[in-house]
Amino acid sequence: MARMKFLCDADRCIECNACVTACKNENDVPWGINRRRVVTINDGKPGERSVSMACMHCTDAPCAAVCPVNCFYTTADGVVLHSKDLCIGCGYCFYACPFGAPQYPKVGNFGSRGKMDKCTYCAGGPEADLTPAEFGSRENGQFTGYGSNRLAEGKLPLCAEMCSTKSLLAGDGEIIAQIFKERVVRRGYSSGAWGWQTAYRERIAS
Amino acid sequence: MATSTPLRFFFAALMLGLGLAFTVPANAQQPNSVNPREQSVNEQQLLKELQKIQGRSSLPDARAQVLEQPEGRNWRQFQQVTLRWIGMIAILGMLATLLLFYLIRGMVRIEAGRSGRTLVRFNAFERFVHWMTASCFIVLALSGLNITFGRELLTPWIGPETFANWAQLAKYAHNYLSFPFTLGVVLMFLMWIAWNFPSGVDAKWIREGGGIVGSKHPPARRFNAGQKMIYWVVVLGGGAAAVTGYLLMFPFYATDVSGMQTAQMVHGIVGVLFIAIMLAHIYIGTIGMQGAFEAMGKGEVDVNWAQQHHSLWLDKEVQKGHVRGGGVAPAE
Repeated sequence: MARMKFLCDADRCIECNACVTACKNENDVPWGINRRRVVTINDGKPGERSVSMACMHCTDAPCAAVCPVNCFYTTADGVVLHSKDLCIGCGYCFYACPFGAPQYPKVGNFGSRGKMDKCTYCAGGPEADLTPAEFGSRENGQFTGYGSNRLAEGKLPLCAEMCSTKSLLAGDGEIIAQIFKERVVRRGYSSGAWGWQTAYRERIAS
Repeated sequence: MATSTPLRFFFAALMLGLGLAFTVPANAQQPNSVNPREQSVNEQQLLKELQKIQGRSSLPDARAQVLEQPEGRNWRQFQQVTLRWIGMIAILGMLATLLLFYLIRGMVRIEAGRSGRTLVRFNAFERFVHWMTASCFIVLALSGLNITFGRELLTPWIGPETFANWAQLAKYAHNYLSFPFTLGVVLMFLMWIAWNFPSGVDAKWIREGGGIVGSKHPPARRFNAGQKMIYWVVVLGGGAAAVTGYLLMFPFYATDVSGMQTAQMVHGIVGVLFIAIMLAHIYIGTIGMQGAFEAMGKGEVDVNWAQQHHSLWLDKEVQKGHVRGGGVAPAE
């Protein structure tokens, strides 16, 4: 099985936010929840770089380690998913996550952050593949499901699939790392594979 | 007028200098292409310099501006290993100590026997505040331990679904009962502060082991040094637990994620130590000492109990005429 990863080539990202929009549309996540975001460093200054960031589906994921109810699981593809039936909305995964991936439907409402939501790598959740229960619906401002399951359809996450500059790469970690390395060799510079050291304890072309 | 000669000379020199500045690196770039952009932003370099990488995001949520904060990966070490060890050592160690102590020392009895005459130790309001805080504390302690130890201890027995339902309930209880608990801590602080400043009597009490370790019964006022310590543990520990707890309950009102990690660490350590110390408090108030529970139970204690444990307080109460039947029973 492939080990799925994300890789954002910050030297290609043009901060168009299409990945953010595509993610929201594909997964129909509620207002206020952003599974993916684009952060611009040194905005307007020399050395400006934009990085598209979401859950990196870490190796030995810290969210899964600290979860008091053990609601996380890693799929055979290396995708880190969670069960909203088990989640108690305690916020621990949010403290542990290096990438700010966990999102809560209600913020600052004491005792009821609601069920955590995060990027699923377009791989759905614990419910049966491609069912309405897996996709989910809106109930009392909460999103009950997990959104699209493109992986079950043999497709990659939409954010990466529709990236216009092919900055955001998704797929087998070894393959996208190879693509990135070749790019870096050809163009002669790189700002690094953002988040890889933290998420996978791995450094490529940096 | 034309530009003066020195100034014209200066400009010529400047043009020459700029020309050189442009031509020299251009030549140098040919063999070994060094791209200036390579040096400008590098993730590894930023991580070395900064705790977290921040930028600007077009999302209205300010938290989306934080790109990476790797310390989150390290916070788990505390949560998973450090806190559990501290908790286990403190709580199991205290239980073992108390058990051993009970087997050796047994219950501390009223040596002169019960006199049959009592005096008021805690009035109804004091007892209400104590039991409100105590009952909240028990729920807070169990639901708090559940967050740290429940996954490993309970899930194998009751299964993940039942455990998640219980943990959800426990979390709500933990959050809501924190309010009466905090109120109780504040009221205790205010209503007992007058008797809880350290004094010379306490030094002697500690030297003589409080009459618990040795066989002597050092004099004490209304609260002895041990009780004063419990008081300050509750006030300071409860205060710290409340402050850090509210920081976690109202995320991003006062701190960012790093602050919440610190708050959780303080909350966890204070919590387990608090539980360990309260076990000792419960022990001495129940099976550890004859006649002690009555003080917080019905509010009245036996005069001989007071003579044995709080002689200076009893003397004052007698002077004030608060003791039914007048004078003190002879000590010997």
